[in-house]
Amino acid sequence: MKQPKVIVIGNGMVGYKFCEKLRAKSQAFDILVFGEEPRRAYDRVHLSEYFSGKTAEDLSLSTETWYEEQNITLLLANPVINIDREIKVVYAADGMEYSYDVLVFATGSGAFVPSIPGIEKEGVFVYRTLEDLDLISSYAQKSATAAVIGGGLLGLEAAKALIDLGIENTSIVEFAPRLMPRQIDAAGSDMLQSKLTALGLQIHLNKNTSSIEGEGAIGALAFSDGTSLPVDMLVISAGIKPRDELAKACGIETGPRGGILVDQNMQTNDASVFAIGECALYDGMIYGLIAPGYEMAEVLASNLCAMSKTFTGFDMSTKLKLIGIDVASFGDNFISEPDCRTIIFENKHKGIYKRINISNDGQYLLGGVLIGDAADYNMLLQTANNKMVLSENPEELILGSRGEKDGAASGTGITALPDAALICSCEGISKGDICAAVADGSCENLDDIKKCTKAGTGCGGCVPMIKDLVTYTLKSQGKYVKNVICEHFNYSRQELFDLIHIHQLKSYDEVLDAFGKNDGCEVCKPLVSSLLASLWNEMILKKGNDVAQDSNDRFLANIQKGGSYSVVPRIPGGEITPDKLIVIGEVAKKYNLYTKITGGQRIDMFGAHLNDLPLIWEELIAAGFESGHAYGKGLRTVKSCVGSTWCRFGLHDSVSFAIRIEERYRGIRAPHKFKSAVSGCIRECAEAQSKDFGIIATEKGWNLYVCGNGGSKPQHALLFATDLDSKTCIRYIDRFLMFYIRTADPLTRTATWLNKMEGGIDYLRNVIINDSLGMAAQWEYEIENLISAYQCEWKEAVENPAIRKRFSHFVNAPEEKDPTIEFVEMRGQKKTADWTISNQV
Amino acid sequence: MTDTLTTWLEACRVEDAVENGGVCVKNGEEQIALFYFTRRNEWFATQNECPHKKQMALSRGMIGSATDEPKVACPFHKKTFSLLTGECLTGDECAIKTYPVKVENGLVYIGTSPNY
Repeated sequence: MKQPKVIVIGNGMVGYKFCEKLRAKSQAFDILVFGEEPRRAYDRVHLSEYFSGKTAEDLSLSTETWYEEQNITLLLANPVINIDREIKVVYAADGMEYSYDVLVFATGSGAFVPSIPGIEKEGVFVYRTLEDLDLISSYAQKSATAAVIGGGLLGLEAAKALIDLGIENTSIVEFAPRLMPRQIDAAGSDMLQSKLTALGLQIHLNKNTSSIEGEGAIGALAFSDGTSLPVDMLVISAGIKPRDELAKACGIETGPRGGILVDQNMQTNDASVFAIGECALYDGMIYGLIAPGYEMAEVLASNLCAMSKTFTGFDMSTKLKLIGIDVASFGDNFISEPDCRTIIFENKHKGIYKRINISNDGQYLLGGVLIGDAADYNMLLQTANNKMVLSENPEELILGSRGEKDGAASGTGITALPDAALICSCEGISKGDICAAVADGSCENLDDIKKCTKAGTGCGGCVPMIKDLVTYTLKSQGKYVKNVICEHFNYSRQELFDLIHIHQLKSYDEVLDAFGKNDGCEVCKPLVSSLLASLWNEMILKKGNDVAQDSNDRFLANIQKGGSYSVVPRIPGGEITPDKLIVIGEVAKKYNLYTKITGGQRIDMFGAHLNDLPLIWEELIAAGFESGHAYGKGLRTVKSCVGSTWCRFGLHDSVSFAIRIEERYRGIRAPHKFKSAVSGCIRECAEAQSKDFGIIATEKGWNLYVCGNGGSKPQHALLFATDLDSKTCIRYIDRFLMFYIRTADPLTRTATWLNKMEGGIDYLRNVIINDSLGMAAQWEYEIENLISAYQCEWKEAVENPAIRKRFSHFVNAPEEKDPTIEFVEMRGQKKTADWTISNQV
Repeated sequence: MTDTLTTWLEACRVEDAVENGGVCVKNGEEQIALFYFTRRNEWFATQNECPHKKQMALSRGMIGSATDEPKVACPFHKKTFSLLTGECLTGDECAIKTYPVKVENGLVYIGTSPNY
């Protein structure tokens, strides 16, 4: 059967994206792409990174074989010369003719070059393609000074590129009275300008270049005000010009100031001809950003596959980093009083400027500008786009809440979001889509949502939000929502905790027989194992529980890339004697282990064969070491600074207190790992405020902080109680930990646990300090039991023949190590060989 | 596959296998994961290598079931595979090889084809 032929003119970012989207939707088209440049489509947004070390291949959007794999014909360095729409044929530079059923213009734009006398001189460049960059790069080698005409987004990018090329004396010349006149307001421009000046750029505003001087090559710019600026080279970045000449020549309608006229289906005045990206003019506007270009590609690809979709304009909000400076604008950024009310925050000391425009009734956020700190951009954009009603203190949007209850507000966010709010941006799924899928009964959990909407299947960043939305929708329908563990246990973690406790169960199989069904799985096994450990603190590899442990607990070591394991002995408080250091060195040498100091003030040894683990630990234990539980969901380290024993600022002996804390809670299993630190004074060298619980010495005692977190979502710990004596401090930590172990969801760190807690830190304080639940005495009793049951797991493992037997790779050749484990040398040590297959991004 | 084409590898004694878990069996250059699913009173054998990142790890994975399908989860990234068919149950990894298992006189045998 003859397939419809699609010809795409242009192999830029949007042309490429169109091919990708069309192929993803259908195999029913022959696709032929013409590219003018000799390269496959590359990332023009990050063009300047070409100068900071990226190669053309790094910037390429596809792999060399992609077009072939997708069955798309790509003809590079072969521009289309002419088109005959009557017979639907394009004539290309190779002298051939190609017929089409659908013709797509994705010709993009070129640099707009103003007609200044002398523009043709040597040393004048535009900033558009990799070829341009190559030319600029080689000319820059013989230039000491440079200028960029154009103080917009691309101009600033170009200026950065020139600085990267080593031209320290670089100027920006702008016709308007300020930088980035289209995106940011005057005060924002001022702030940006002072930051750029501080970086060494010279900024010339209100300058109209009247001619380019020099004999053959450029020597200076002459301005209409009679002044001049001597420069060795010039880059023009004064805007873009849609590439519409080919369309125009074959009678396609174009706009008076350029651009191929399209309707909301991206269709031109010829029903078989379409235009997308920067060459397309929709509703009087050229969309010079990548996101709307991609949206146009999506609209066209959908329509060709008979899925109706229309382009109705696009939000031009942007956030970018210019030379390391955050710059963002969103919504209606230029509206000003009396049409709105503005709130402005300016911090010249730190170079931060924030402006938000709110409606006169104070109800809605209309738009704004952020310079120097755009961390709030996403939240502000959602608030404006979704017309969310503002609180009575809208200044908190840019200043943050100044009340005590930070963190507590995050629970309310999701319900306030409107249905149109985009939750999964990878798949374009809104809050309404997710809630509807739950409301109509087809979805009851995250997996269902993933299957039926594809939300959460891309980067996965939205998964926690999806879970909350599912719960929220089910609840609002009056359904009793239970966070059940998996198909084998119809209980929440907390319920199962109590059941195991009451029934005094000690093994996974007992729990499965009593309260579960079928055979269990990789979700409930480690969860139940963790509960058993939290309740009884028995050796985790006994009673058949070994096979119910998670990957790392199973062999009391972290499994590493390649299949080897790491060995991490406990070094309480980070204090270690020279003799013990020598033992670690000797053991590492003997078993050929890679060694590294960890962030938690201890020493990791990597690359141990499974068979060697018991031998290694035997030697370590003989030297007085014990397990560091780096593999377990439990206490990791209690970091300390040197404190009053050595430090001239130290108020108390933070090392001794850290050791006391670490030895108290070592080996206790919890819903997730937890970390602590003790600092000897307010200088906070131990970074206690980033820990699950952290302690800082004061003149009068200790300040206790809780629920901090480092990692991917850093969160400062909150001050929980002040000036405590050591005993009270430990008592509060006892209760805090037991409350956490009792009530947190699986794999939830203390920070997230607190964020989800109704009442937040005030409630937590009430429970722990004022004993509002009447649980304090029981928790203190329980934790004493856990502490007294502590034994070094590794000591037991090496001494128990039945457990020790499992530390061999082959059941039928117990002495042989896994021959597939490979190491390579790096900086005088070994490292694991890379994954043998490439990572797919 | 008929019995005449199958070579039976003596893997281990029943008591050497791990109850409700796996062990790794060496067969020349090849590594086979052997699972003693005591709870179901069934034996399974698969390739030891997880196809996701090519790690020799499946024998150290947790076993369990999805509805009634017995499965193993790789300890590296928790990709799960059917112990019956070898099919990947989470995502698009290619299927793993499975082998027949028989127990005679307290010894466990894995059926390997010489064609492999």
